[in-house]
Amino acid sequence: MSYLDYTLGEPVADTAAPAGPIEQRWQQRRFEAKLVNPANRRKHTVIVVGTGLAGGAAGATLAEQGYHVVQFCFQDSPRRAHSIAAQGGINAAKNYRNDGDSVRRLFYDTVKGGDFRARESNVHRLAEVSVEIIDQCVAQGVPFAREYGGLLDTRSFGGVQVSRTFYARGQTGQQLLLGAYQALSRQIAAGNVEMHPRTEMLDLLVVDGRARGIVARDLVTGEIRSYTADAVVLATGGYGNVFYLSTNAKNSNATAIWRAHRRGALFANPCFTQIHPTCIPRSGDHQSKLTLMSESLRNDGRIWVPKAKGDTRPPARIPEDERDYYLERIYPAFGNLVPRDIASRAAKVVCDEGRGVGPGGQGVYLDFADAIARLGRDAVEAKYGNLFEMYERITAEDPYTVPMRIYPAIHYTMGGLWVDYDLQTTIPGLFAIGEANFSDHGANRLGASALMQGLADGYFVLPPTLNDYLGRTKLDAVPADHPELTAVEAESADRLNLILAVDGDRTPDSFHRELGELLWEECGMAREEAGLRRALARIPEIREEFWRRIKVPGTGEELNQALEKANRLVDYFELAELMCLDALHRAESCGGHFRTESATPDGEAARRDEEFGYAAAWEFTGTGTAPVLHKEDLVFEHVHPTQRSYA
Amino acid sequence: MNLTLRIWRQQGPETPGEMTEYRVSGISEDMSFLEMLDTLNEELILRGERPVAFDHDCREGICGACGMVINGQAHGPERTTTCQLHMRHFDDGDTIDVEPWRAGAFPVVRDLMVDRSALDRIIGSGGYVTAPTGSAPEAHATPVPKEAADLAFEHAECIGCGACVAACPNGSAMLFTAAKVVHLNVLPQGAPERASRVRNMVETMDAEGFGGCTNTGECATACPKGIPLTGIARLNREFLRS
Repeated sequence: MSYLDYTLGEPVADTAAPAGPIEQRWQQRRFEAKLVNPANRRKHTVIVVGTGLAGGAAGATLAEQGYHVVQFCFQDSPRRAHSIAAQGGINAAKNYRNDGDSVRRLFYDTVKGGDFRARESNVHRLAEVSVEIIDQCVAQGVPFAREYGGLLDTRSFGGVQVSRTFYARGQTGQQLLLGAYQALSRQIAAGNVEMHPRTEMLDLLVVDGRARGIVARDLVTGEIRSYTADAVVLATGGYGNVFYLSTNAKNSNATAIWRAHRRGALFANPCFTQIHPTCIPRSGDHQSKLTLMSESLRNDGRIWVPKAKGDTRPPARIPEDERDYYLERIYPAFGNLVPRDIASRAAKVVCDEGRGVGPGGQGVYLDFADAIARLGRDAVEAKYGNLFEMYERITAEDPYTVPMRIYPAIHYTMGGLWVDYDLQTTIPGLFAIGEANFSDHGANRLGASALMQGLADGYFVLPPTLNDYLGRTKLDAVPADHPELTAVEAESADRLNLILAVDGDRTPDSFHRELGELLWEECGMAREEAGLRRALARIPEIREEFWRRIKVPGTGEELNQALEKANRLVDYFELAELMCLDALHRAESCGGHFRTESATPDGEAARRDEEFGYAAAWEFTGTGTAPVLHKEDLVFEHVHPTQRSYA
Repeated sequence: MNLTLRIWRQQGPETPGEMTEYRVSGISEDMSFLEMLDTLNEELILRGERPVAFDHDCREGICGACGMVINGQAHGPERTTTCQLHMRHFDDGDTIDVEPWRAGAFPVVRDLMVDRSALDRIIGSGGYVTAPTGSAPEAHATPVPKEAADLAFEHAECIGCGACVAACPNGSAMLFTAAKVVHLNVLPQGAPERASRVRNMVETMDAEGFGGCTNTGECATACPKGIPLTGIARLNREFLRS
């Protein structure tokens, strides 16, 4: 049976959210949740993998509550998780601007922005919790931007018409992450969190049907060993690096969530990947990653290309009436602030027409001349100074005098492990938070909502639901010589040894580039059936070649970065296959998933709610064998699905 | 361009290291310094040699993972992180020396990779505001003057890369410690722990084996985020008043 012949399994549904009015569900859920006596909490060990916004916040909060937390990150310090690179801001329904914002509106915007592929009850809770996040972060000393009166400043972001985004210059992610890291550091110093840096999760331990720990590798010594616990929380981020070139950090990877998927956790909507419209275009084949320019730049920058094809004049020599400010022209109400997927596809369309700028015609201008004329150079510098500096450093061009060149790049993955309202996966005792889950953003995430979701999950949502799980579940200790532990440890070590034993003639990066280019071509900004079938035929061939030709020098019993890369690639091959299959099966366009066959006459994404108004949760059945599809029907009681319009 | 690299190779903290010479060719001026090292490592892997180990992650100058001494300067000739240093700042035919951070408190893990966990322990000893989740008052309950917020931000930008320690002839972590003390101590939220914070952090800094400050100023010159040298003066003032 071919990989493409997936079968339909039983539907999957969230049974954790209480019924009743949506505004009261979260309160009701917390009230119904079992509590664990504070004196008993220290008897429970919880493993948290990852120290980004979600993991850092969760580890700190659980330790504050009295749990014994054992936490892991592959970086040398928990402060370096990739949340740190988020630039623009964090949304919250504070309505400090008195501009008509509310929890209801943030909920509405998020469901609509996600193109009606998210679960209403989860999104409503996210909007409710958003206001507490700002309070929490301010109390930690996060230096948000402020007005002269001492109150918090906000700005607006793509896809919304209110000003609800809190920010710390262009380094909001850094400042929020350091807040969580500092809270976590306090707990590490107090002995409540046992921190394992430079340690990477290789597999999940499932004992008697419940997640009871992980197998991890010490990246310095190469030692592989088991860690057991009463519950496991994955906060390991998204899988954008499957594309090789993305805005993700180089070492961000999918191994933790993919290994959990192989052990039985359903993986939902893998084809929902987000392309960010404002990244610095690639400069050559040596490119190792792409750098994002915050979307907040679209507040003041105007996007344009020449009206004529193949116009290679420098931008300053192209007169005003020969420029096409295409977003302002096509979407007059939202202009340059349309959601990310729309802005990205529009850029691809004008470049495909031959009107792109810069090397290879793979770029569009983001021009600040009008903003500088209107606000003055100083005001623009105060807002975006560090971004302009970063741009100049990379491209050697001065954006104060020459328009920036930007092009879309893979940035975020909405898909991830399927979770219920409690953020629990289909493996009892295994929770997934932040970008690692599929929960809140549907088919497209709005700007400044990733930070909001990561912190919501870590600070406020997971702690009470995890309490409930531990309070309700009687767990016996897992003995250190349990056969499952030794078996999974051996399996993990075997896989590394198999890679080392090939001793071929191609590097891990050469395979990763090849896989990434294939995905970008066939499962990137626009997807169509023929291309997806090509990719699905090609991926197993690359995988087969990998196992014949991979070369990794050194051993597994030492620090070996090439081995780390190769091991992550093994999971990327399988994940890439599932992404393409998911994209192939979803014969509609929605959010970040654009199927060229499903477009409106004017080229916009056309959803097909009747057939595809569900989340696709996939069950693993073996490498290269057809997975089983479980559908979660999405019910919209509050936000009526409409074709998105930003015109 | 073609370059000669002299790179510090060291198997582990207990084994001696040495400078090893490599040649790389076809280097584009648009490459970052790390992409240039990637090119070398690809060649080493194919030759069956161990690639050069170095820390790196975001490659956009914010995670603080990367850092090496390039031609004797922490992060090289430009005031930026190593990942944001581009090869256009070098010339064809150059010989470039590449070494790890050199400091008593940063043992070498392998090659260009060092152990900076002492910096984490300085933060853990006081670089936070005690504000357990859920206990926060409404965000607007305490206005913060913009000047204080901006001063806090200027110091909060520290990425913890350790260049200040590597650049300092004494291997001192004063600028790193100052950055966090000033960030939190100028904010009203940080006021209740103002005295204990600075005392505990300075004590940990000393216990971790960092050297003393002799006002050389190399730290602030090397800092890719521009943490000002006046931060150290503020740290001293906070320490004295505690």
